[in-house]
Amino acid sequence: MQRIPILKMGPFLLVTIQVDLHDRLVMALQDDLTNMVSKTGARGVLIDISSLDMVDSFIGRMLGGIAAVTRLMDAQTVVVGMQPAVAITMVELGLDLPGVLTALNVERGMELLRSRLGLVREMAHDIDTKA
Amino acid sequence: MATQITRLLMERKEKLLQIWMEGQVSELSLRLDRMTSQDLYRQSKEFVDAFVAAVASGNVEDLNRHEWEPVRRMLVQISVSRSHQGFSPTETANYIFSLKEVLIRLIQSELNNQIDVFVQEFIPLSRVLDKLGLITFDSYTRAREEIIIRQQQEMLELSTPVIRVWDGILALPLIGTLDSGRTQVIMENLLRGIQDTNSDVAILDISGVPTVDTLVAQHIMKTVSAARLMGAECIISGIRPEIAQTIVQLGVDLSMVKTRASLAGALRLAYEMRKLTVVPAGKG
Repeated sequence: MQRIPILKMGPFLLVTIQVDLHDRLVMALQDDLTNMVSKTGARGVLIDISSLDMVDSFIGRMLGGIAAVTRLMDAQTVVVGMQPAVAITMVELGLDLPGVLTALNVERGMELLRSRLGLVREMAHDIDTKA
Repeated sequence: MATQITRLLMERKEKLLQIWMEGQVSELSLRLDRMTSQDLYRQSKEFVDAFVAAVASGNVEDLNRHEWEPVRRMLVQISVSRSHQGFSPTETANYIFSLKEVLIRLIQSELNNQIDVFVQEFIPLSRVLDKLGLITFDSYTRAREEIIIRQQQEMLELSTPVIRVWDGILALPLIGTLDSGRTQVIMENLLRGIQDTNSDVAILDISGVPTVDTLVAQHIMKTVSAARLMGAECIISGIRPEIAQTIVQLGVDLSMVKTRASLAGALRLAYEMRKLTVVPAGKG
């Protein structure tokens, strides 16, 4: 069965959705992500949905669900790169994902996660000491 | 079947055109600023040529046949251009109806005593001219409607500009009554603007919105939610005292949304959110 790859980047997990999502695939993603969070102790999950141009109510709800589950496991989820059309559909469906962080793109999403987790100073410190 | 009238038309084409032109020019004398008499002459000559050719084909019954195709096409073109030039519907339809009048007079003077020929042969021709008049009217109206629809769309676009105030900060001054059609355009424009300019702060200024009811408030909330889903934060500004009161009286909960009384306040907040400071010159 098709799976969505989950990449580990430092304290974060990066999920880039490149295929059309269907119900089974999202459920598998939720399973994989929760396992991965517990295995790696990741502090943040970044889901890039910029190549997704259609979302139905089930997938919208699952995105919210993934965020809620990972938060229980102490990992902050940020959804990035939502297309305008997808955002409109989600709002029309009444799925405005309360409690889920959002960002314009992967870069901003990473920044957001770092600042949320108080990792900014450490990073800055790293750069300072290296310089 | 070369009837008497057909023959007459072919022989007297030049005269017909001449009388028709005289009639049109005297009628249109005020309108010649919209088109020159040379243009009118060229147009009318082409039309008379096509018309006489079509009548000469012998078919004066069915305008959908190919003999009439050039006439119909020409007429549609003329009506469309007249509607663009600002002629009134009557003036446009008169183009054909004045030809009919000229025809009657010409035929009458040539076929002096032959009333029965006149009746027999002119009635089908008259019917054709009436149908042509209807085609004129139809294409005129259609062209007008197209203009109106285009203008409506342009107004929608014009009335909802998305302005880049600073790197990563957009402003949308909303002006006029917000109905569901406009709010949809506003939402789409804003979201597209967010994506195109990579902005994460958007200011929705409602100073120019005369009234806010529950529906408008709901639309604004939807827009704010959609922008948030994309990763941008909205600030609503320009909330006048009356509007603030109405919002509270309506029981609309805007506590989740950042609001400011003025655009200046919203700008200040936006700069803060982007960690920017404005410093007076010389004090840097």
